[in-house]
Amino acid sequence: MEQRQQYTHSALPYFLLVPQIAIIAIFFFYPAAEAVYLSFMLEDPWGQSSLFVGLENYTILFNSTEYLKSVVFTLGFALVVSFLSLSIALLLAVKANNILHGKGAYKITLTWVYAVAPAVAGIMGGFMFNPHIGVFTEIFASLGWDFSLYTDPFDATFVLVLVSVWKQVSVNFIYFLAGLQSISYAVNEAAMLDCESDRRRFWTITFPLLAPTGFFLLVINLTYAFFETFGVIDTLTSGGPGGGTTSLVYKIYRDGFIGTDLGGSAAQSVVLLVLVLALTWVQFKFVEKRVHY
Amino acid sequence: MKKNQWLDHVILIIGALFMIIPIWLIFASSTHNPNTIISDGLQWLPGGNFTSVYTEVWNKSIGFSSDVNAKSMIINSMIMGLGFAIGKIIISMMAAYALVYFRMPFASLWFWLIFVTLLLPLEVRIIPSYEVVASLGMLNSFSGLILPLIASATATFFFRQFFRTIPNELLEAAQLDNAGPIRFFLDILLPLSKTMIAAIFIIMFVVGWNQYLWPIMMTTDESYNTIVMGIKQTLSDISQSSQPRYDHAFALVIFAMLPPILVIIIFQRWFIKGLVETEK
Repeated sequence: MEQRQQYTHSALPYFLLVPQIAIIAIFFFYPAAEAVYLSFMLEDPWGQSSLFVGLENYTILFNSTEYLKSVVFTLGFALVVSFLSLSIALLLAVKANNILHGKGAYKITLTWVYAVAPAVAGIMGGFMFNPHIGVFTEIFASLGWDFSLYTDPFDATFVLVLVSVWKQVSVNFIYFLAGLQSISYAVNEAAMLDCESDRRRFWTITFPLLAPTGFFLLVINLTYAFFETFGVIDTLTSGGPGGGTTSLVYKIYRDGFIGTDLGGSAAQSVVLLVLVLALTWVQFKFVEKRVHY
Repeated sequence: MKKNQWLDHVILIIGALFMIIPIWLIFASSTHNPNTIISDGLQWLPGGNFTSVYTEVWNKSIGFSSDVNAKSMIINSMIMGLGFAIGKIIISMMAAYALVYFRMPFASLWFWLIFVTLLLPLEVRIIPSYEVVASLGMLNSFSGLILPLIASATATFFFRQFFRTIPNELLEAAQLDNAGPIRFFLDILLPLSKTMIAAIFIIMFVVGWNQYLWPIMMTTDESYNTIVMGIKQTLSDISQSSQPRYDHAFALVIFAMLPPILVIIIFQRWFIKGLVETEK
């Protein structure tokens, strides 16, 4: 790294840093430490007294079938949502990059969904698949699928996945299109001469060149599926039916905020924290690798 | 190269329809008489009630005990989106400027303290964060809504990356001319950062507007409801009635989406640039 020219000034840099540091100290480090602390405590529901219980909250957690069910659901959900939204976006980006006319119009229609809140997307999905007024419930019924958002866990998961993918395709599309456009004209030209088949050219040239973007997006998509889909779940299924669509974040919220099991909720936060750190570690590993070629 | 272009268009049109149909259905249905919706389901073609439904939802309180309507919730969402975007930009530009342009002790410690916040989303520390805000007496206030969300260094990271791409010769030249750090920031760095600021502003505005989990925990006072969270209460009220006013619900959904969508469409170029460039 080159040594940059810098100012030396005694007070000014601290003055500039103070607001940021103060905010993250109060609203980030303190609560994060508190979560770790609470996860070792048993607190009575009124917050009057608390007792150190060691790893008990964790033991209870990992022995709870409800929690394990939520882990399985979250991981499966995250993988399916990421895979579908990445592949749909990649397909659309490749096509949009290919065509000569109407690029701008497609670009706008495919990107504006970025602005829709996950919670609002969930509400719209709820209307589309509503048992009384939903058009898609009707269409499915005429195809012989007795669709029921509020009683069948599979149907509920189906709608959650569909809405979450719908919401996420646009971000992926933007990145993939930018990635495609940064592949130099010369590379494309050479590939065109060497290789007749569109499909082979895509898998041997374009796809490997897009891999860094794709990996970066995979992390973004998994994070989205873990955390931001809270709004979709809360407005669509509230974790039901029968707890079948309770994601890890939704469970932290429900146990801690509505159920007032602070210790258990904090232990869940810590587990999630470890999960996110693992994901980041993988990302850093990859970034290191990317530097090498 | 020309061959098969029509197939590409077909795929793109299917993709575009997939994106637009839900929004179109909700919009078209919002302009119908609620009884049509109840008996026939969602409508594909617009009806004739556009003006009456939207003015009613804009002014009338639905499902709230106090005088909360689409107008007041949109104002709250505006404050939330703008406050979040502006607050975040000011705080993070200051911090990034200090990190990049000043030599100071413990520089790398400050750097790591700030950037470790990128790793943990608010959702992971949500209950303790709530308690902190409660103990500071900031429940039901805009500062309580906005400040904890600013405690993530995304924008600081973007600005730091951006400042590092600015040629060092500019600072050397400024120092030769005896321009102090504040002068350099205002006269040189700020004008150069205009596009970057615009891009981050747009992204952050949308992020702030779309907040859901934090506002539903933070606000018990209805007058602080933002539109994204307020819809839920209206909905549960509507669905409990025997003659559900679906048209009202649909119009509220449109109101909740419209401002961020307009921002994204109008400033599309900056927004895409911001998203893509901050990846690096």
